[in-house]
Amino acid sequence: MNYNELFLATLPETVLELAALLVLIVDLGLVRNAGPRYRAVVAAFFGVAGCAVALWAVSIAPALHFGSTLLLTVGGTAGVAQCSILILTGITLLLLVDCVFSRNPGEYVAVVLMAAAGGLLIAAAQDLLVIFTGLELLSVSLYILAAFAKKSAASAESSLKYYLFGGMAAAFLLFGFSYLYGLSASTSLPQVVLGVSVASLNGGVALVSVALVMIAVGLGFKVAAVPFHFWAPDTYEGAPAPAAAFIASVSKVASFALLISIGTALVPGHGAAQSWSLILAVLAAASMIFGNVAALAQTSVRRLVAYSAIAHAGYILLGLAYFEPSGRNAQAILYYILTYGLTTIGAFGVISAVERATGNDSIGNFAGLHRRNPVLAAVLLVLFLSLAGIPPLVGFWAKFNLFAAVLMVGGGAAPFALVALAVAFSAVSLFYYLQVLKSAYVAAPAAETKIKAGPVTMLVLIVIALAVLGCGCFPAYLQDWIAGFYL
Amino acid sequence: MLAWTIYLSFAGALLETLLPKGKPGLARALALLVAVAGLVVAVAGYAAGFSQGRITVTDVPWIPSMGIRYILAADGISRVLVLLTGLASVAGVLFSWNIDKRTNQFFAFYLALIGGVFGVFLSYDLFLLFVFYEIAIVPKYFIIAIWGSTRREYGAMKLALYSFVGSAMVLIGLLASYATAGAHSTGLVDLAHAGLSTSFQMWCFPLVFIGFGILAGLWPFHTWAPTGHVAAPTAASMLLAGVVMKLGAYGCLRVAMGLYPHGLDPWGFSLLGLGSWRDVFAVLAIIGIIYGALVALAQTDFKFVIGYSSVSHMGFVLLGLMTLNQIGMTGAVLQMFSHGVIAGLLFAIVGRIVYERTHTRQFADLEKMHLSRRLPFAAWAFVIAGVASMGLPGFSGFVAELQVLVGSWRAAPGWTVAAGIGIVIGVAYTWRALQKAFFNDKLPTAEDHPKTGWHDMAAITWPEATGVTLLVAATLAVGVYPRLLLDQIEPAVKTFLAGGVQ
Amino acid sequence: MNEMNTGIGLLTLITLLPVVGALIALFSGKQARAVALVTGLGSLALSLVIWTHLPADGHIGLVEKIAWVPSLGIEYHLGVDGLGALMLVLSAIVGLMSIDAANRVHHSPNLYFALVLLLEAGLFGAFTALNFYHWFIFWEISLIPAFFLIKLWGGPKRGPAATQFFVYTMAGSVALLLSFMAVFLATGSMDFIKLSELAHSGLLAQAVTQHLGPVMPWLAVGVLAGFAVKTPLMPFHTWLPNAYAEAPSAVTMLLTGAMSKMGVYGFLRIAVPIFGHEIAQMRTVLLVLAVATVVLGAFAAAAQKDLKRLLAYSSVNHLGYCMLGIFAIAVPASGMQIASQAAALNGVILQMFNHGITAAALFWFISMIQFRTGGPRGIDDFGGLRKPAPVLAGLMGIALFSSLGLPGLNGFVGEFLIFRGVLPLTWISATVSVLGLLVTAVVLLTVIQKVFAGPVPAHLVEFPDLHLSERLAMVPVLGLMLLLGLVPQLIVGAVNPTVLRLLSHWSF
Repeated sequence: MNYNELFLATLPETVLELAALLVLIVDLGLVRNAGPRYRAVVAAFFGVAGCAVALWAVSIAPALHFGSTLLLTVGGTAGVAQCSILILTGITLLLLVDCVFSRNPGEYVAVVLMAAAGGLLIAAAQDLLVIFTGLELLSVSLYILAAFAKKSAASAESSLKYYLFGGMAAAFLLFGFSYLYGLSASTSLPQVVLGVSVASLNGGVALVSVALVMIAVGLGFKVAAVPFHFWAPDTYEGAPAPAAAFIASVSKVASFALLISIGTALVPGHGAAQSWSLILAVLAAASMIFGNVAALAQTSVRRLVAYSAIAHAGYILLGLAYFEPSGRNAQAILYYILTYGLTTIGAFGVISAVERATGNDSIGNFAGLHRRNPVLAAVLLVLFLSLAGIPPLVGFWAKFNLFAAVLMVGGGAAPFALVALAVAFSAVSLFYYLQVLKSAYVAAPAAETKIKAGPVTMLVLIVIALAVLGCGCFPAYLQDWIAGFYL
Repeated sequence: MLAWTIYLSFAGALLETLLPKGKPGLARALALLVAVAGLVVAVAGYAAGFSQGRITVTDVPWIPSMGIRYILAADGISRVLVLLTGLASVAGVLFSWNIDKRTNQFFAFYLALIGGVFGVFLSYDLFLLFVFYEIAIVPKYFIIAIWGSTRREYGAMKLALYSFVGSAMVLIGLLASYATAGAHSTGLVDLAHAGLSTSFQMWCFPLVFIGFGILAGLWPFHTWAPTGHVAAPTAASMLLAGVVMKLGAYGCLRVAMGLYPHGLDPWGFSLLGLGSWRDVFAVLAIIGIIYGALVALAQTDFKFVIGYSSVSHMGFVLLGLMTLNQIGMTGAVLQMFSHGVIAGLLFAIVGRIVYERTHTRQFADLEKMHLSRRLPFAAWAFVIAGVASMGLPGFSGFVAELQVLVGSWRAAPGWTVAAGIGIVIGVAYTWRALQKAFFNDKLPTAEDHPKTGWHDMAAITWPEATGVTLLVAATLAVGVYPRLLLDQIEPAVKTFLAGGVQ
Repeated sequence: MNEMNTGIGLLTLITLLPVVGALIALFSGKQARAVALVTGLGSLALSLVIWTHLPADGHIGLVEKIAWVPSLGIEYHLGVDGLGALMLVLSAIVGLMSIDAANRVHHSPNLYFALVLLLEAGLFGAFTALNFYHWFIFWEISLIPAFFLIKLWGGPKRGPAATQFFVYTMAGSVALLLSFMAVFLATGSMDFIKLSELAHSGLLAQAVTQHLGPVMPWLAVGVLAGFAVKTPLMPFHTWLPNAYAEAPSAVTMLLTGAMSKMGVYGFLRIAVPIFGHEIAQMRTVLLVLAVATVVLGAFAAAAQKDLKRLLAYSSVNHLGYCMLGIFAIAVPASGMQIASQAAALNGVILQMFNHGITAAALFWFISMIQFRTGGPRGIDDFGGLRKPAPVLAGLMGIALFSSLGLPGLNGFVGEFLIFRGVLPLTWISATVSVLGLLVTAVVLLTVIQKVFAGPVPAHLVEFPDLHLSERLAMVPVLGLMLLLGLVPQLIVGAVNPTVLRLLSHWSF
């Protein structure tokens, strides 16, 4: 490894960091005295531009080796995840334009870009230390983002909760990593797995299991799996909408990419892989059940989306629990998480528009949305139905693809039962999604005034809705695109 | 050509959403145009299908990596049901002519629903079929919840949840079959030839059958039907009973029975006298027939009578399917068509023609109104629809139910006897409703009959008259000359039976 | 007999004509009666054409046969022999009389006449059908207009009466349907001709027993029940007096004149040919019922105060003779007995026709009287009508005498032939039934006496006589009664080949 290689391999991250710096400079230097809206536009522009350049950089960045050890990989899962992260980040940045919640949009964009850089690292990392570095970069940025609405007590509270839980989870993760290192004397994932296998053959199964549980705790927190989900509803509710959208989408992509890496590294059928599978299956089942049931009782749409996110995490974890490294499952999971992230960002876009017009995000405030803003209502309809898994929207296809992949891997009753559970609970989920849609379409509006959303937001939302519909009708394109990374 | 039924409907739905607000006339005209166009295509496709087997309409790769193809094809069964859908959609538009609130949205949902239904009947790929099946469910919810009446939100939600629980079961079956068959294809033909093991079929069959059966009003999963029908606006009741319940029955036939024929095999042991899933579902169908009829007999709300009668009549469809013989299954398909038309007619009369003018559906109130004199058109239309519904010969219901009974007799005579009792009760409740609602004997008292005379009820409008005529003509035509449909149903059923179901 | 005729022939035409007429009538408002009259006349003309085109040898002619519901082996199979053609003529005459009588329908005349014409179509259809499937269609279809004619234009208790009528007939129909379904399941056919051939050769019972077990007698019971209700046969008759009394008289004419013949026709065309053996086994029971119908019908008539109810029971009594004749025939016969059978069957068919004409005429007169009194029709409400209304009294007297079987009038010949045939076959039944004859005579004479003779009550002094148009309408009918009384050969001559052929095809 030389510095040239290092530079090239980390080019995407570097681009993002540079963009972050640039945004700060421009925002604080050139347009400091302009109105917040103008500053937001400029900051978002540079942020999106940075993402676009980084996207290009991803396509040329080589893998990074340290000696014979692989540090950062390219293509495959990493490639898809990185592209997804950048695309989703760009979209969340666009939402900022019409949603000025801070006097310092430049700082917000910079932190977002740093978080995205952390996400890129995680997605590509093949080494425990790099993983942890990336995770911390991402996490710390997210804590800041959650608190970014400085005048909002809820925002501060959500951030603090997120931080406390996050810190603890990071500790668990690190603890687990240290066990792995102790067992394998390496931090490189493939060698760790090898070492762990040897260790478990030599009677270290208990220790391996402890390590895996610890890691599951840490990552379970990141993806908001039950029982490590407590931060999610509060954070989703308290954080500014673009930040919440970012947390709900980009950070999930990164975390699941990491889980895929771990799953890919594990030797299927091996003792460690079996324990891992069992742990994830338990988490998956708990998340699906609890997330969906708890969502039924929500009156705040953000909390509802949060609980539904827990449920969706459950579905994805199911895909990870019955995983085979051939690529098929990884593709299905990435497909799911990418489209889910896209949909969730759109949902938060709608929520924030309604919120700003009506004061808060209770379901009642969506009443008569179809009259107060028909386009927004239509977008909400498409997105929520997609989340509920109704064809021909992409959410359905993603679920089908994911569950089919699960069933292809695991013969036997357990995966089948879990898939049945997942499908059954996605039928349940329709109930709470319909509650919101019912309010939007059936209930009489509380006021006749229009609900306005900014032009950029509207455009983004419409594009997202069309993408959700288009990818649902023609799922093959996105799937081929993802598969292209694995060639 | 038949594929255009789908595209036209969806295009119509899209256009409706783009129409300017406050122009209900335009929205109606567009909806009618689209529905009529759909009907014309359906009729043309039907006519082109005589003496032909399965016609593949479209077959292109859709998701190549998963082996999922976009296959539209139609055999005789599909063509008959497409024809029914075309008829029902035109009639439904005609009977929705009075919808003034959010007219364009109503027709957008309506046409989306119709498009989904067409799609289901034409799909020859299980995945595609499921997609259309779900597309048909969502608009129902909104149509009922927004434009419905009695407890509309409850009825709509119940209907949606039942439907989705059903479709979740189907989805599980779909996933399991796809994975078990090696994940090469979801084509119905491919899956049917995938050699699914008997033990797999044994549990997948009931899963999928019940999943679809929920929508077909299979007892005891029928409870969405009466509340949903009653809550729904007229056109939606018509479509629900007329077409959507057929989706369920069609799914039972095409998917559950077509893909998992061995699911009908005997278990090898007998529980409470039931020795196979076939026995179980036949008994459930019969319970549905009798239970629906008995409950209909006890209703005080006119629309509930029709709602429960749908459960009873759909029982004949399911019973016909379970006979597993040529004649019984032919009867089942014919009954789908027949009930679709007749139930549509009944709902149109009760929900639209009568209710719009009386604003009540309670027999106690209707009895005082002497409707046979004040609304002779409605009264006589109901007489025709009622006798058709009773299964009086000369109407489509008779041929259909007769075939089902003959078929069930060949399968197990005990079934026939029980179903026959259901028919008798059917006569009773229809007659009771007829008498109570229209032909009350009591002479009007001074109180009922003001000196100035009854206030005039709004005249029958041309959409109402046209709609009634269309549906009556359909049931009569099929009743008088059943070969119109049988010539297409029979070969299709024969092929179907030869394809694995014994 | 089996020649195929796939075009639309006379028989389809005669059924379609009233349907078309009904549709026109429905939309012709006040002119509906005229439309109905024209249609009725057209039907009568057609029926006469059919009558003249019958095969002379008693075979079934004018056959039309088209595959209809192939999956059920159902063909659209029409054809008439002497029996069917006679019933067509009868239905056409009675229909025309009924339309003529209904000259005072004020409320929705268009609907009224449309229903009457539909009913007529149902009758034509039922009398020409040779396949159970569409025969049953017409059998049921005729119910609906009848129900509504009673229900909407009937007397004060029309509701219950209509419902009772409907429920009874429907129950009978269900029994019929179930039996025929069983037969179909065993044989795969619903064709009357084919089934009677199977029955004749004994294959039917064999097939049924093989497929369904020993249910043949039960199937026969089901079929008999269906027809017994319609005819009616005691104890299935209780709907009849109410329905006849509550229906407007013009409708009662149709009910008794033509619809009750559907039941008798059903026995002859369907029950006896197909279930002859079973009927023979149950002959004793059936004879008891038939005799009861004759005797108790007469006694019940004697107990009535309402003219319409009285005539209704007398109809029960008269149709009882038909039942008696049919059941008496149902015995394996040889030699002389065959002649008796032929006589009885001729009598039955003649009686069907005669009773149809006579009963319709009687109810026609009742309707005339009722229009004039404005409602009351109790036997004690009248007296001495022959003074204010001599023509009405005279003409109605002829009809009453025909009904009680005065020689020289049509009623006599049929009853005579029946008794002539029944006596050698079952002398007990014949003897007991004579009691019915006597009581009927007494009853009808009492009517004549109470209504036409005696002092004129004050309120009837101004009782108007028949108008010219009314006289003209009745004269041909009464002329026909007289003619048939004097020259019964007109019918018997045409029907006899059919009778002989039928008897040769029946097996008991």
